[in-house]
Amino acid sequence: MSAASTLNSDGLARDERLERLKLFGLASPAILLVMVILVIPVGWLFYVSFLGADGSFSLENYERMIERKSYARIFYTTFEVSILTTILCILIGYPLAYFMSQLPNKWANICLITVLLPFWTSLLVRTYAWLVLLQKSGLVNEWGMSLGLWEEPLRLVHNMSGTLIGMVHIMLPFLILPVYSAMRQIDRDYLKAAANLGASPRRAFWTVFFPLSTPGLFAGALMVFVLCLGFFVTPAVLGGGKVIMVSMKIVSNIELFVNWGAASALGVVLLTLTVGILWIASRFLNLDTVSKGGH
Amino acid sequence: MNWFSRPASETQVTHGQRLWLYIFAGVTMTLLVVPTLIVIPMSFSDSQYLEFPPEEWSLRWYHNYFGSPEWMGATATSFKAAILTTIVATPIGVLAAYGLHASKIPFIRATFVLLITPMMVPVVLIAIGAFYAYVKLQILYTMTGLVLAHSLLAIPLVVIVIGSALKSYDMNQENAARSLGAPRWKAFMTITLPQIRFAVVTSALLAFLTSFDEVIVAMFISGGENSTLTRNMFNALRDQIDPTIAAISTIMVLVTTGLMIVAQVFGTDKSQK
Repeated sequence: MSAASTLNSDGLARDERLERLKLFGLASPAILLVMVILVIPVGWLFYVSFLGADGSFSLENYERMIERKSYARIFYTTFEVSILTTILCILIGYPLAYFMSQLPNKWANICLITVLLPFWTSLLVRTYAWLVLLQKSGLVNEWGMSLGLWEEPLRLVHNMSGTLIGMVHIMLPFLILPVYSAMRQIDRDYLKAAANLGASPRRAFWTVFFPLSTPGLFAGALMVFVLCLGFFVTPAVLGGGKVIMVSMKIVSNIELFVNWGAASALGVVLLTLTVGILWIASRFLNLDTVSKGGH
Repeated sequence: MNWFSRPASETQVTHGQRLWLYIFAGVTMTLLVVPTLIVIPMSFSDSQYLEFPPEEWSLRWYHNYFGSPEWMGATATSFKAAILTTIVATPIGVLAAYGLHASKIPFIRATFVLLITPMMVPVVLIAIGAFYAYVKLQILYTMTGLVLAHSLLAIPLVVIVIGSALKSYDMNQENAARSLGAPRWKAFMTITLPQIRFAVVTSALLAFLTSFDEVIVAMFISGGENSTLTRNMFNALRDQIDPTIAAISTIMVLVTTGLMIVAQVFGTDKSQK
């Protein structure tokens, strides 16, 4: 009797393992695609980055990055743009998310459309729109001068300020959405309790509301920063060749100089930075709960 | 007691004290939406310099666009690529999300991370990697190559959207169907799929938009007669401000807005509201 049941349970366990493997097999087309088009080619780029001009193992691609001033400048610009964009997004996005979180649901959803509409619109279209608005004879200059705010047309585009305006516009939804969802989860009774106990509105906000909203803020800011690091289209169009970021150097290394080693080494550094930042962040905050907006 | 002195929050801050916030929010929301929308009236301007409001209205730039075989070819390529990407990425992503959800083997978490890497790796790197791979596979500048690369970019979105829909779905319903004799695929098709259909529609739309809006990968691996609209737009932007782009932008905004409305109508579960 007991022997039979053991046999039976062995069979069942084997069946179950088989079933699990079969189910797992459903993911194989997706895995195959990721392997063939992403993992293997990027692995190859990694390998190429360690080859010198003569095809033997060398660190010259990485040494060049340290030795040449132009590379230091590119990394400096990349971080400058990413940090400034993130700070501006926090300063603009946090109050807006706070505003929306205080509205009744119906109104909040309408306001949310103003965040989602640009989020869904093509990045290229939005970059183009800013190019048109900010150019020398563009709307912003025209209106600014006719209102007497400034005399000469300002150089708003093809430089750092144009890049930042475009980047902040594109990145804002990535900050607002997680912050808003974290704020919506906050129990309003905590604020009532704080007020009841004599806290001023300002104190209640900074000691109760703000700390509870930080997981969303961290997640959003991190997202913005990491996306900025690898950004290409907006700085390429609005920077007018004056703002050169890592990704643009990678492209020009391939398109103009056909130097795979140099491009790959830059790519490896960019990837390491991105993954490193995400990994460190995932140590300090639980990104899973953040993405669900819970605590 | 007027509106300004009425309390606006639990901590008795009045609307008047919050006025700065309301003004700030209003300005920010305007700045979020207007730059994109202002291109629409500008595209009907007769002037080379894209005035607003246009002094002379005309369809000049639309004639330019619709009369150009190059732009028309690129538009057709973009739509074709986006539709094929939707057809390829959605089922592959749904299968993967379902497989990972139902199978309880140990390395599920690692597989999930692998499947969402296309979202985390900088796109430039994916683009040059795919460029290299396609030279070897001899599918550079082909529709097949373009669709495969765009599907790669879309799969993380599909897997995330479907995965989160399955999390709130009770798999016991499927078990019940199977205990009544339905094979697994039939239980999935008749019980599970209809219940996650909103997530499927949403993920299909995301896949479409991912492909339709994509610039960097297309820049490297699409070309010749298979150049995408965004690739040609980007190249045109680097040269000068061609008003034809305003007309194309208008059409792209309309396509996106249309899809958003479709998502609202077919992609959300109204019975749960």
